[in-house]
Amino acid sequence: AVGTPKPLPSSGPKSLREMPHPLATSSSEEMGPALTPSPELLLPRSIADKDLSLPNGTPVDTSSPASSSSLLNRLQLDDDLDGETRDLFVTVDDPKKHVCTMETYITYRVTTKTTRAEFDLPEYSVRRRYQDFDWLRNKLEESQPTHLIPPLPEKFVVKGVVDRFSEEFVETRRKALDKFLKRITDHPVLSFNEHFNVFLTAKDLNAYKKQGMALLSKMGESVKYVTGGYKLRSRPLEFAAIGEYLDTFSLKLGTIDRIAQRIIKEQLEYLVELREYGPIYSTWGGLEVELSEPLEGVSACVGNCCTALEELSEDMTEDFLPVLREYILYSESMKNVLKKRDQVQAEYEAKLEAVALKKEDRPKVPTDVEKCQDRVECFNADLKADMERWQNNKRQDFRQLLMGMADKNIQYYEKCLTAWESIIPLLQDKPETK
Amino acid sequence: MEDCLAKKMEITVSEAEKRTGRNAMNMQETYTAYLIETRAVESQNEGQCSPVDSLWRRYSEFELLRNYLLVTYPHIVVPPLPEKRADFVWHKLSADNMDPDFVERRRIGLENFLLRVASHPVLCQDKIFYSFLTQEGGWKEMVNETGFQLKADSRLKALNATFRVKNPDKRFTELKHYSDELQSVISHLLRVRARVADRLYGVYKVHGNYGRVFSEWSAIEKEMGDGLQSAGHHMDVYAASIDDILEEEEHYADQLKEYLFYAEALRAVCRKHELMQYDLEMAAQDLTSKKQQCEELATGTMRTFSLKGMTSKLFGQETPEQREAKIKILEEQIQEGEEQLKSKNLEGRDFVKSAWADIERFKEQKNHDLKEALISYAVMQISMCKKGIQVWTNAKECFSKM
Repeated sequence: AVGTPKPLPSSGPKSLREMPHPLATSSSEEMGPALTPSPELLLPRSIADKDLSLPNGTPVDTSSPASSSSLLNRLQLDDDLDGETRDLFVTVDDPKKHVCTMETYITYRVTTKTTRAEFDLPEYSVRRRYQDFDWLRNKLEESQPTHLIPPLPEKFVVKGVVDRFSEEFVETRRKALDKFLKRITDHPVLSFNEHFNVFLTAKDLNAYKKQGMALLSKMGESVKYVTGGYKLRSRPLEFAAIGEYLDTFSLKLGTIDRIAQRIIKEQLEYLVELREYGPIYSTWGGLEVELSEPLEGVSACVGNCCTALEELSEDMTEDFLPVLREYILYSESMKNVLKKRDQVQAEYEAKLEAVALKKEDRPKVPTDVEKCQDRVECFNADLKADMERWQNNKRQDFRQLLMGMADKNIQYYEKCLTAWESIIPLLQDKPETK
Repeated sequence: MEDCLAKKMEITVSEAEKRTGRNAMNMQETYTAYLIETRAVESQNEGQCSPVDSLWRRYSEFELLRNYLLVTYPHIVVPPLPEKRADFVWHKLSADNMDPDFVERRRIGLENFLLRVASHPVLCQDKIFYSFLTQEGGWKEMVNETGFQLKADSRLKALNATFRVKNPDKRFTELKHYSDELQSVISHLLRVRARVADRLYGVYKVHGNYGRVFSEWSAIEKEMGDGLQSAGHHMDVYAASIDDILEEEEHYADQLKEYLFYAEALRAVCRKHELMQYDLEMAAQDLTSKKQQCEELATGTMRTFSLKGMTSKLFGQETPEQREAKIKILEEQIQEGEEQLKSKNLEGRDFVKSAWADIERFKEQKNHDLKEALISYAVMQISMCKKGIQVWTNAKECFSKM
């Protein structure tokens, strides 16, 4: 069932009256006939219909986005997503290696299932590579600067140290990319983003990328051109608190990352010694007659413990560390958004002060100052909502992560316990022949 | 089962004490003295507890006792003493002889030594051993008076025999190989075990850092705070648990060390056999050559080249009287030699018989003891795994409440 059109409170696309037709501005020389995209695939239906409204059907709203009605709508949005009325599901899987003359790279299958009106079809399956995800993230940052954009796994890997095509690396990356898209899917604003839609649906993403004129949001356009250099008078307490929290949070995560790495290192060194230790019992068993079986048993047991330990270290490296690092990246990008917010507020304060100094008798505040005020309030509202959401998700993510860590350790000890318990009867066995 | 001393007497090394005194060169030294307590075992005596006798001995006196036993009972696999200096240490244990942990483990080792001797069917009957346990003063003089040091075989002599012996009993040769390989494999095992312990210690201790950082993190969290804080406490518990675990494992290492040193005692018995066998072979060889000489002199023929024969040929023969005298001396010597050879043969056979009996006894003891040691090691590992599961389960519960 198609959901009721949900209002985009703050950062919908620009008014379509103001936007030139995307295809009109791109030079036709760049795109050969084979690459000419059909409007239906690339553009939301509403543009093709020349409908002067936002892609999801609501009329363009230029009034203050922080109005109580839109806030209320946003809250309803959250409730819906938390409940069972999810209408968008995205998965990343099936990594494949592509070998071309110029380069070798991996693509992932991105599958979408949805009942949203913004999508032409209920199901999509496309292939994307890392640089496509990177492009999407940049576009989201550009077009939704008042929101917290989830992080991507690290872009660059030191060649020679990490094998970019190893199963473990690819799987770790796949999980992170899947998480990235799911976080966007869960976001009431970001999930309706134009570029996100295209990312999920377009057969040829490169052609879309080449379009010079991206669909910038009103906010995006304005925030993009906010110059720095304005000094902030006073940061609202809650944003100062968020800033301080993020500072300490990323510090602690960094410490935990170092500890986890150190533990893995110590475990691997322990493993090296164990690998020498076990076989000595076997050598000894070769010297003995009656003790031969018990000693062999101990040797095999130590071997089993080695295997279990190896599995534990691998799990921690593949599942635990990457998630920590994601959150550190997340904090970094969030701090940047906070800085931008500060700049927007600073600009507004400066302009307001300039007006006040003129002391002219004006009936109302000039429109550009009013726009600044809009921006500030909008930014604050978006950021606050996103922070709450982020805190909640963070709690769930870490709960799951740390419980997973505990689980892996429990499994390791259980495997070792089984191994040692199983040789007790062997050790106690009295030989029949005497 | 013979009635050995261990059944009649309770023996313990109950205390260790630091002492200072003057050594043989009148220099001040610090050493540790050990209290040996003995008490007669009363069978079925209600309420009547026999008195405890006690005396102090230091490590060097134990060494003296053992050396005496080695020389006096060369056919016995003599129980070894605990190590003189701390060996196969991992980083936490100090190699210092005065370290209380080392002293404590040595105390246990010395008690074990006394119990081993006291339960040996042959050794337990030795008077010197009995006096060691019961007679405080004058024991050293008593031991020295036995003159056992004179009976000791020189190292050089033994080495010589090992290389030159032609026909040792094959079982002893095999046993010697076995004890060499046993020594090699147990020392390798102990060395690597020490490294394993070191690394395991590191793994556990680093987890302690989680305790601190979780605590610091919990300070900035609202809902997650309590879960993080209490989980951090469990990480501290985990990190602390390794100390007891490794302390227990030292007992296992000590059990292995005992058999490492026992291998040396086995080798000593094999060496003694080789020495006796070599002695026998030399005596037989000597007898043969004397007989030959005698024959040559009697018949006048020279079967083998000898310098004497040549010189007598060059410088003239001996007089018949001289020859007669020589023959007589040789015949006496031959007779002596034959008697000696007979007794040496007998000695050798007795030695082989009694030594092998003790070796069989030792083998059974070794198999039993090492099996017990492996079982207790497995039990220790099981306990460590269970503790690990407990701690992480507790931590998981705390995380679930985040």
